[in-house]
Amino acid sequence: MALKLYGAPMSTGTTRVMIALHEKDLDFELVPVDLFAGEQKEPPFLSKNPFGLIPALEDGDLTLFESRAITAYVAEKHNETGTDLIRHRDLKESALVKVWKEVESQQYDPAISPIVYQHVVAPIRGQSPDQAIIDANVEKLGKVLDIYEARLSESKYLSGDFYSLADLHHLPFTYYFMKTPYASLINERPHVKAWWEDISSRPAFKKVAEGMTFGDL
Amino acid sequence: MVVKVYGPAYGSSKRVLVCLVEKGIDFETVPVDLIKGDLKQPDFLALQPFGVVPVIQDGEYTLYESRAIIRYYAEKYKSQGSDLLGKTIEERGVVEQWVEVEAHNYHPPIYNLTVHILFASKLGFPADEKLIKESEEKIGKVLDIYEERLSKSKYLAGDFFSLADLSHLPFTQRLVSEMGKEYMIRDRKHVSAWWDDISSRPSWNKVKHLQ
Repeated sequence: MALKLYGAPMSTGTTRVMIALHEKDLDFELVPVDLFAGEQKEPPFLSKNPFGLIPALEDGDLTLFESRAITAYVAEKHNETGTDLIRHRDLKESALVKVWKEVESQQYDPAISPIVYQHVVAPIRGQSPDQAIIDANVEKLGKVLDIYEARLSESKYLSGDFYSLADLHHLPFTYYFMKTPYASLINERPHVKAWWEDISSRPAFKKVAEGMTFGDL
Repeated sequence: MVVKVYGPAYGSSKRVLVCLVEKGIDFETVPVDLIKGDLKQPDFLALQPFGVVPVIQDGEYTLYESRAIIRYYAEKYKSQGSDLLGKTIEERGVVEQWVEVEAHNYHPPIYNLTVHILFASKLGFPADEKLIKESEEKIGKVLDIYEERLSKSKYLAGDFFSLADLSHLPFTQRLVSEMGKEYMIRDRKHVSAWWDDISSRPSWNKVKHLQ
């Protein structure tokens, strides 16, 4: 049975899952959820995710939400097809995938997402960007990227010399971030810049990036 | 090999410690003092470059991020102690889902409450009353969804205790005890029964007072 992914092609959570599905060479159907009409907060969708957030994945009888849980599930279930995103054959490599996935989730995402939100989403909603929030998070993100720069001077990818979910999870927000005036935070750090150019040129991401249009960006 | 866990007094480290007890893994603790600035010292930063707890050392492994560490031990010692991941790939998926819910929906507001109610004066900045109020409202909304979920299954990921429940222990303990907000749990029948169940596990009683 084909996988059904409920979401929107410009959403960071939805695209995080789509990239993983492409890396795994899995067929899926994207079932659009109209964010601007608030469909994700209405009963049919709320039965899939009571928190009213996209995406949600249906795989036969199983429905899952939370993008990073879905990518973990897909990567484990299909660990023998496509790119190995969790390094399941090597205990140490898989441990480091877990560590850097959480670094993305707990250190990187909280800093980058408010910048993208203020710069990209707020104007669409008719709000003016809050510069104080942007400034505070630009500073926070810079400190996180200093640590990434050091890490990526030792290994090609975050968890080691292999591409994994830890890198993949960074793609959606960083893609939008690179269209803001703060892209220099990535570009002025040579190892981070090389890493970004590498991971954003993977075919699985390029396919998904085509649909990532948001307002004027 | 004994696992060395830094910062046993803090919530995120207790997330790791309670997992180690559930799995029957021996550990020793290394106290660190956040208030004194131990986390920003070069020795600590060499282990954990982001300057936050926890970090563990296990032979040649140095690992950080509590939810990464608990996943690692739950997977490595799958058949030892309590099974915290579920029996099938599908159950594991549901465990992952609720661990992520904890990390992204429950943790951010409860962490804000912890910082502003319990640590602001010690760290020398004024508590943000507006943020406290907003955070409490957010936790309330998340707990309403938990109430619904727990009316259908005994634990968050199903009828088995898992990493998803375990992950909630340290900060919920602070909410009901030091923060004086036990009513948030008690006002919700199924959440209340769930809390009594998970917080009375021997593993949590062993870990909760570690300093």
